[in-house]
Amino acid sequence: MVGLKFNRDRLAAIVTLLPSVILLAIFVYGFIFQTSYSSLTDWQGIAETQVKNFIGLENYKQLFTGLLDVRFRQSLVNTFFFTLFFIIGCISLGLLFAVLLDQNIRFEGFFRLIFLYPMSLSFIVSGTVWRWLFNPMGGINRLPTLINLEPITIKWLTDRSQVWQFSWLELPKIFGLILIIVMVILALRYKNQDKQWKAWLLAGIGAVTAIWIVTGGADKIQILSYPEKHGFNLAMVGIIIAATWQMAGYVMAMYLAGIRGIPEELREAARVDGASEIEIYRQIILPMLKPITLSAMIVLGHISLKIFDLIFVMTGPDNSSTDVPGTLMFVTSFRGNEFAKGAAIATVMLIMVAMVIVPYLVNTLRSEKNYEQ
Amino acid sequence: MNNNRFTNRLFTYTLLIFFMAIFLIPAYMVIITSLKSPAQISLATAWDLPNPWNFESFEVAWKAFAPFLLNSVYLVIPATLLSSLLGSLNGYVLSKWKFKGSNILFQLMLFGMFIPYQSILIPLFQFLHQIGLYGNIPGLIVVHVVYGLPITTLIFRNYYTEVPTEMIEAGSIDGAGFFGVYRHIVFPISLPGFVVVIIWQFTQIWNEFLFAITLTSGTGNEPITVAISNLAGGEAVNWNLPMAGSILAALPTLLVYLLLGRYFIRGLLAGSVKG
Repeated sequence: MVGLKFNRDRLAAIVTLLPSVILLAIFVYGFIFQTSYSSLTDWQGIAETQVKNFIGLENYKQLFTGLLDVRFRQSLVNTFFFTLFFIIGCISLGLLFAVLLDQNIRFEGFFRLIFLYPMSLSFIVSGTVWRWLFNPMGGINRLPTLINLEPITIKWLTDRSQVWQFSWLELPKIFGLILIIVMVILALRYKNQDKQWKAWLLAGIGAVTAIWIVTGGADKIQILSYPEKHGFNLAMVGIIIAATWQMAGYVMAMYLAGIRGIPEELREAARVDGASEIEIYRQIILPMLKPITLSAMIVLGHISLKIFDLIFVMTGPDNSSTDVPGTLMFVTSFRGNEFAKGAAIATVMLIMVAMVIVPYLVNTLRSEKNYEQ
Repeated sequence: MNNNRFTNRLFTYTLLIFFMAIFLIPAYMVIITSLKSPAQISLATAWDLPNPWNFESFEVAWKAFAPFLLNSVYLVIPATLLSSLLGSLNGYVLSKWKFKGSNILFQLMLFGMFIPYQSILIPLFQFLHQIGLYGNIPGLIVVHVVYGLPITTLIFRNYYTEVPTEMIEAGSIDGAGFFGVYRHIVFPISLPGFVVVIIWQFTQIWNEFLFAITLTSGTGNEPITVAISNLAGGEAVNWNLPMAGSILAALPTLLVYLLLGRYFIRGLLAGSVKG
């Protein structure tokens, strides 16, 4: 009898969960499937009778090597620099604020409130304000005049210049170099952990890549038939500042939660041993915060890969100097009605985000399982 | 030694106050600009306090934005309540009624909160068209409920995992079934969980923009974020109006943050630390 009732409850549990599972199956996985399928067609225009012909990976080929899609390639470069500086900015400011607030200071709650309040605002609101602040003739540029200095003349969001230029043709070489650096770092780490076999394997991969570059193998991959310059668009600087202002408090909150989780006895013991406060941070607290840094990087990374609102309102969705895949997808699909290409951009975004998120989710699942056993 | 300590303190406070000032600059700018009359606003005097103070912008902004604020209210309340309730039930199942594969199922559901919504936007746009939910608030409600499910489920699942299983078993022995245990044991202790989830969903949905602009643009059913961006996007606009509108748009979430910050931070951390 008990067993029967138990089974009925089990069934009730599954039936309760079912609507949500079905909805997510359709709205997440079903729609992702449809988008990736559309990205393999030549779908254009909004007419209901529109015929979609299957054209394979043509849209992707166009995006990465086609003459007309230079904006997409620059949007990837923009995203790269945005992500880099946004993560560096948020993590250094977040850590700094957390450490400062950990010094037993007065009005700690008040300072925390100030550093975190941007998180409660919409990017639309903050973007509107920052756009006014970055006006070349006013705002930030006029701050020095308050103490009778000359105004700054940075053009901020309207800057059209590009620094750190490289040719799209050099990409195989650049990726090769990055691979070598990563392999060397990992190999040294394994060597220190006395895993010689793994260390040599990685060093070998690095060496082969180096030979491949030196012997001109990388130059043989002709992704474009002409050199095409890309680089860091200076118009992105203002957007990076606004985004960092908005999200640094988030990282601060993560670090503060981490610092508060470290038992006070650990610090006391170190103090008894004669460690200075700075040593306590360097030897005990910072190493224990490493997992939080990783979480923060993943959270910030996936936010930056998806950034849309802030750019939409600060420089407009259709502004080539601040293109990111998120805005470009929107413009391509809903302003240009090129749905197939929009779907291809969206799929590239999804793949980039998945590369960051899936290992994280799998890892969390694994550690949770270990915890349960 | 003592002197050194004093210098350290001074340094710490100086840094904190410096960054505090930087963080408050946008707030200062938005407030003073919204309190100037259009004629007073010029790039050269952008930092000066309003003289005289002019509250008219808020009257005009209120008239211009009230319908869109109302749209946001009609959107946020049902979407928040529905996604919270469903999240609570899901969290209850996934923490206390685990079945084979439930952990993987949970992880698959969780993935939905990380995806770039661009990757589902075109089919979503078409689907809502087909079922007649494009361009209206019920359609947006459905969208926010569905894509809110992963985070609400996550927060409640973690919350209920902390509830001792003995409490559930005690309820079962008393003859309460799946729903009985939920109603009499789990739901009554869920208040803190609901506060966290409701605040989180309220803030997210109120501030959301991508779905709003794609699914309601030009229909008159736009939430406040779209209305602000439409006004601020125009070049020839008087800046006092978008600024006053921004304040109106920011007030609800800002007030919730100031009054219930503790719970807001909990929601924030739930999205980052561990699934």
